[in-house]
Amino acid sequence: MKYLDEYRDAELAKPLVEELKISVTKPLRIMEVCGSHTMAIFRNGIRTILPEGMALISGPGCPVCVTSASHMDAFISMADRPGVRVAIFGDLFRVPGSHGSLANAGARGAKIDIVYSPMDGLEIAQNNPDELVVFLGVGFETTTPGIAATILAAKNRNIKNFVLFSTQKTMPAPMHGLLSDPDLKIDGLLCPGHVSSIIGAGAWEPLVTEFGLACVVGGFETADLLKSLTLLARQVGKNEPKVENVYPRAVSWEGNLRATKMVEEIFEPADMEWRGLGVLPDSGLRIREKYADFDAEVRLDIDLVETPEPKGCKCGEILKGMNTPKECALFDKICTPENPIGPCMVSSEGTCAAYHKYGR
Amino acid sequence: MKFFTIHPVNKNFRNHQNQMSEKTILLDHGSGGLASQKLISELFLKYLDNPILRNLEDSAVLENQPGRLAFTTDSYVVDPIFFPGGDIGKLAVHGTINDLAMRGAKPLCLSLGLILEEGFRLEELERVIISISESCSEAGVPIVTGDTKVVPKGKGDKIFINTSGIGLVDPEINISSKKAQEGDAVILSGTMGDHGITIMTRQAGISVQGDLKSDTMPLHNLVQKLLNELSSNVHTLRDPTRGGVASTLNEIAENCGLCIELSDESLPIRPQVRAACELLGLEPLYLANEGKCLALVSWDKAEKALAIMRSTKEGSEAVIIGRLVAGKGGRVIINTPVGGTRIVTPLHGEPLPRIC
Repeated sequence: MKYLDEYRDAELAKPLVEELKISVTKPLRIMEVCGSHTMAIFRNGIRTILPEGMALISGPGCPVCVTSASHMDAFISMADRPGVRVAIFGDLFRVPGSHGSLANAGARGAKIDIVYSPMDGLEIAQNNPDELVVFLGVGFETTTPGIAATILAAKNRNIKNFVLFSTQKTMPAPMHGLLSDPDLKIDGLLCPGHVSSIIGAGAWEPLVTEFGLACVVGGFETADLLKSLTLLARQVGKNEPKVENVYPRAVSWEGNLRATKMVEEIFEPADMEWRGLGVLPDSGLRIREKYADFDAEVRLDIDLVETPEPKGCKCGEILKGMNTPKECALFDKICTPENPIGPCMVSSEGTCAAYHKYGR
Repeated sequence: MKFFTIHPVNKNFRNHQNQMSEKTILLDHGSGGLASQKLISELFLKYLDNPILRNLEDSAVLENQPGRLAFTTDSYVVDPIFFPGGDIGKLAVHGTINDLAMRGAKPLCLSLGLILEEGFRLEELERVIISISESCSEAGVPIVTGDTKVVPKGKGDKIFINTSGIGLVDPEINISSKKAQEGDAVILSGTMGDHGITIMTRQAGISVQGDLKSDTMPLHNLVQKLLNELSSNVHTLRDPTRGGVASTLNEIAENCGLCIELSDESLPIRPQVRAACELLGLEPLYLANEGKCLALVSWDKAEKALAIMRSTKEGSEAVIIGRLVAGKGGRVIINTPVGGTRIVTPLHGEPLPRIC
């Protein structure tokens, strides 16, 4: 497969492993912001060959994991309403709220469609005019343009029974708060490749200026990961923090302006609750008044009830990179993929799921 | 051994199909009365006829079977019922034959239980029965007893099938996942994930460039060839259906108390399957296969086993994907191209597509 095979080539990878080894000249802590990076690093076995002194910390970039428990409860209670049909991405299906998951709601008769694109949700709405289809918007900039395009399509096609419940989040908004914590000693960021394809590599520049962080935008294949870590180690070693983009086949400096413009047409910044991080100013997106007909929060009476985190669950600390899953008393004992307590275990992108799956 | 010859499929079925096109299954068809009788004589016997089935007795009697019998059952509820490379009928025949073959048994006969939903189109039922007939014919394994029930509309989903199968096991043969031994080669009879990804992309209405199709096929002939030539050097046979190669290997590792070490680069995956998996965020290791087997064979006979498998059409793409080693028992690990390792856990829940 073009753009994949060449970056997974074992012959290409071997010298890169050597290069990584010699580039680490002093101890350093790198945060991989994105859940897909966490999984790719495990899948490639990179943690098992990391040079001495290099530590990888998983960040808050798994969209399901940072969905607050109160949002999860609102999703589930919405699915239980008569006349409502919810459309979701697969990851959300098994995430526990305080009383069961969407999977449990489905078992008691709620109508839940797992879709591959928000456009599928629009099709479902068109085919079921007597039901209100609520798309549960969970994700970062990677999913937002597709959702914005769907709302535009709904408007153009005059489909009135399709709405979005937006918990869409933005990057790098939460990183500022997170990095201000003096306990979190991070030297560099492996910046999310897919998010950066929309927001542009330049979006990470303020973190270099403000925190002196090494920033490398990287892809998800073997060679991408090794090269990104090497560049991060070199920047830290030479104390020359900057933004480097080693994923130019997908990411430009300014990002996808067309997608950003479409997102801006539909959405405006809003304060958003993040699991483990609390409410962060302007870190999420809500639908503009102009498109209020497509806003589930306007069309439906949604009560967000503050829901405490499950007792003993360290997802919050894990999302902030303060703890690893192994430091959580529930991990792999009470909390497993079959019986997940916290969201980091249920999402396939979640740090706990990654540790459980690959890291024991 | 064979009981009897199966009648070839009636090539004129298309005319018949046209007559039936508007007709649907009614509750009457499962009543045991006239409508049921008609269904049996005009559809089931028409395509599946053989001397034992033709008796229409309450059970089939299998005369003079020497030795050890293997007995298995499986139910089939796949949606959609027709998909590239196969249909629910084919699966129901191949799946049960393969379960018998994985214990080293020669399949003798199958039962066929149908649960039909009221309103299911007779034309589609006929297509399924024709497919069952063809699959049985090709495999040389007849349906010798059957049953049909009809459930009210909405209480089922078109058609559910159960098949049970009986097979004969040679006295010398003792195939089991407990028999796997340190040093054994792990051979996979072909590419993985073809069936699972075909069904998932169909369900999602996604079309992927290239030709995705189910790998459903019977494996008993391949197994017999392997056993005839290598007998007790073949320790374990398993078909990695639901849960995929990853889950089946975990079960084997658990049962034999050894560690299975795989090489990432050797895992056979068709490019179009890999592309679809990338798109949906799925791992081929966890996707169902319906025409593949994992064979654990003494290391010194591995090349021979590979050659035997590759000489058959079912196993023409067989590869050695790994080896059983001492070490942490019950584990499956993959050696990655960077020289690292990762653990392969069994599947948890259904494979679901990811957000990003």
